[in-house]
Amino acid sequence: MSAEKQIWVWADYRNYFHSRVTLQILARATELAKANDAVVCAVVFGDHVDEYVAEYIAHGAKKVYVTDDPFLKTYNVESYAFLLSALVRRFRPEILLVGATRFGQEIAPRVARQLNTGLTADCIDLDIDDQGRLVQTAPSFGGNLIAKIITPQARPQMATIRPGTFQELPHDDDASGEVIPVPLPGNMPAPRVRCLTSELKPVRARKIETADIVITGGRGMGSKGKFKKLFDLAELINAEVGATRPVVYAGWVSHESLVGQAGKHIRPKLLFSFGVSGAIQHTAALADARFIVAVNKNPNATMMKLADVALVADANQACSGIIRAVKERIRH
Amino acid sequence: MLHVIVCIKQVPMVSELPWDPKTGTLKRETAQGMMDPSARRALEAALQIKADPASGPVRITAVSMGPPMAEEVLYEARALGADQGVLLTDPCMAGADTCMTAMILGTFIRNHCPDTGLILCGAMSSDSETAQVGPQLAEDLDIPAIGYARRLELADGGIRVERHVDDFLEVMEMDLPGLVTMDHADESDRYTPRYVALGGVEKAFAAGGIQVMDGAALGLDKEFNALRSSPTKIMDVYSPVTQKEGRVLTGAVKKMVDTLFDDYGKIISSAMGKDLKTHDHDEDI
Repeated sequence: MSAEKQIWVWADYRNYFHSRVTLQILARATELAKANDAVVCAVVFGDHVDEYVAEYIAHGAKKVYVTDDPFLKTYNVESYAFLLSALVRRFRPEILLVGATRFGQEIAPRVARQLNTGLTADCIDLDIDDQGRLVQTAPSFGGNLIAKIITPQARPQMATIRPGTFQELPHDDDASGEVIPVPLPGNMPAPRVRCLTSELKPVRARKIETADIVITGGRGMGSKGKFKKLFDLAELINAEVGATRPVVYAGWVSHESLVGQAGKHIRPKLLFSFGVSGAIQHTAALADARFIVAVNKNPNATMMKLADVALVADANQACSGIIRAVKERIRH
Repeated sequence: MLHVIVCIKQVPMVSELPWDPKTGTLKRETAQGMMDPSARRALEAALQIKADPASGPVRITAVSMGPPMAEEVLYEARALGADQGVLLTDPCMAGADTCMTAMILGTFIRNHCPDTGLILCGAMSSDSETAQVGPQLAEDLDIPAIGYARRLELADGGIRVERHVDDFLEVMEMDLPGLVTMDHADESDRYTPRYVALGGVEKAFAAGGIQVMDGAALGLDKEFNALRSSPTKIMDVYSPVTQKEGRVLTGAVKKMVDTLFDDYGKIISSAMGKDLKTHDHDEDI
């Protein structure tokens, strides 16, 4: 291989319209490539994946390694990990990035172990330091701390990236990229895990990770019944509802709604936070919220200190007040 | 007999976490510990397999790598019904990243439990939440693995697992030996961890229940040092909270809400993508 430095992004296209994480990572990789004088490459496995290849080029990939084979039709972590490791050994990228989808979090550790290299999970930022190393920023120890991690010796430097962390680049129809077909190696092991069924479970049309307005509620809402009021407000202002860990654990809403280190990472233009004290597991996941309105009886709650506007009030009463105010002000 | 290994991590219970600024690693020995919730579910799954007559005879070994205090979770596992607990502890294991943790657990299973049929782990621990140790342990042992199990059952000498991954509901099967990681709780939960029965406490402290192994006993290289051997290095650790110069409103709810909409109406309406009347407009129009 030439001395060309490459940054690889493993393409996770399954359920493409739902998860844009590959495009988001390509955007960040494009920035890193400038700092590191490297070439951004996507790596695509599957059966008839031409469309995706074109899409990744339109979103920043300068080269795309493609293994297109019926054997790869269904996502299989063993086969995919074997193949990805084989490609890395052959082409030696400096950096390998994978979206922190559940499948991404299955394949990446296996590849890292096969290659004896380091892997940082669920990064919320990536940078290149003055020595050209990848600085991987990840929440650590329950989100109470943020850690900056490097892989000084081993290569590639690997990280999984939390979906929603970066903004994808606009689709550029004029972008060009080199497509490098890589045939399936002859020594692919037979998969030891058999997938009997795999069905796409219908997903909700809207998603909290990408919503412009998010309403989060904490225990300060009072009860499961009162928490429902947040959904009334959400309906009115076209928002998504999220919750803190205690609320999810209390069974007021399902785990799907958890905003926090173990749940969803949000980046709304506007965040309403009702009765949330602001444990760091929760606040770490909303650092990108642009404007925060917080309501809490306790003016000293952490969440109130993070807010642009803090209303010292009972969360439940303030929610009713805001619903009333919106209804009065909405133009029909 | 089916030998089930359950890998259990002791995680810090408190949010105030002491860490060593020199090495950038958590000082686990000074934090209050508890059994990681997803590992607890893995143990519950093992206990249910053992309780099912269709499984035949089952032996459960709970293993944990950590500082000496991590033996607490093994006593707890014994109290809940594990047949044996093994603590892997040695200063040379401190500072292990996921890669080295998997290597150490793998060394234990390879050298000391060659009859292992099934390995159960939590999908991700509640402290570092990497979800990496399970898959890396399977890689280390070169056995098949299925992650994020919601439901598992022994079937035809293998295991069948139901899981929900990236909006796909999947049913998978593999032969044993194999590794399964247990997902978080879902609504229809069949692996809600049990409580310790009174008799369990007595059993937990029965002689010979907990075995402690250091690096030498395990079969690690004399020179082994997990912190040095870990491919990742922590450069910096900091608290993510930043304070804003926010505006604080107090008083009657109606007055506060009016101020909110009068002064910040533009921000709210632009996020909504809808026009909102402000107080001023009401007077003007």
